[in-house]
Amino acid sequence: MTYSYYKNMQLNNIIFVYQGEVTADLVSSILQMMENKLDGDGEDKKIKKKVFNVMVECLQNVYHHLDTLEVTSNDDVNDRTALLMIGKEENDYYVITGNHILNDRVDNVRERLEKVNNCNRDELKSLYQSILNEGSLSEKGTAGLGMIDIARKSGQKLGYDFHPVNEQYSFFSLEAKVSRV
Amino acid sequence: MLEPLKIEPTHKTPKVFFDPEQNKFELSGRSIPEDSVGFYKKILDWIDEYGKQANAKTEFKFELEYFNTSSSKNILELLKKLEKIHQDGNEVRISWYYDEDDEDMEETGEDYQALLSVPLDLIMKVV
Repeated sequence: MTYSYYKNMQLNNIIFVYQGEVTADLVSSILQMMENKLDGDGEDKKIKKKVFNVMVECLQNVYHHLDTLEVTSNDDVNDRTALLMIGKEENDYYVITGNHILNDRVDNVRERLEKVNNCNRDELKSLYQSILNEGSLSEKGTAGLGMIDIARKSGQKLGYDFHPVNEQYSFFSLEAKVSRV
Repeated sequence: MLEPLKIEPTHKTPKVFFDPEQNKFELSGRSIPEDSVGFYKKILDWIDEYGKQANAKTEFKFELEYFNTSSSKNILELLKKLEKIHQDGNEVRISWYYDEDDEDMEETGEDYQALLSVPLDLIMKVV
């Protein structure tokens, strides 16, 4: 059993996986651990910065999102938990997050992701600037800039999926890659 | 004169060193707190006070290593307050430092430049 987990992670180039509740302290610990790992691996400084930035945005995005979800006690899904995964392939680092979102938010999130993925570098830059300048901060300071920032720093299209769970929730996964070359 | 604002850096929040008497204003390090609004409130409030009694010339140094998008909005607020001080007839010069291999930090500096009328110099640090 353990060996198959190990082989499976190795096969998928997974450095780190977490499944469970996401707290601010947990996010900080993961970031610190991954930063040490990147330093220890002697990764190029430029790549290291990009990976770290993308991790910060991806993980904090999940944290903020879950923090605003209302807990419904009679649910069969444990809707406050998430999946956080970081991997290192030959050519890319990847950060994958998965969390429940309300079904009525799916269209909005999908549209935003489609928009971001349809932008080239310059368009992302102007989109970022216009939201930075006009958008208002939510109470927690999330500015709606996260996905754009991830896309800009990643330099690649974002991967995403919405998996229907039940009448209330879907499971949303987001994948961001940072090239190592 | 306004009391200086000095905040020691942590692994999530930047070093803040605002001292009107020494005429030294610096924000440096990393700014990745989950609650950026909470962290920046004190800084923005201080700048509001400073604006009422600003030095004839203010040189403001940003030397950030990382920041999250939630900080980016607060940093823009800070820059807009500096812009206001500039518009009120005081000299304000902003320096935005970035490592030579950090094109993302350079681009962010350009983003702010595009949104502001106050002079903002992008300065590359050779590492």
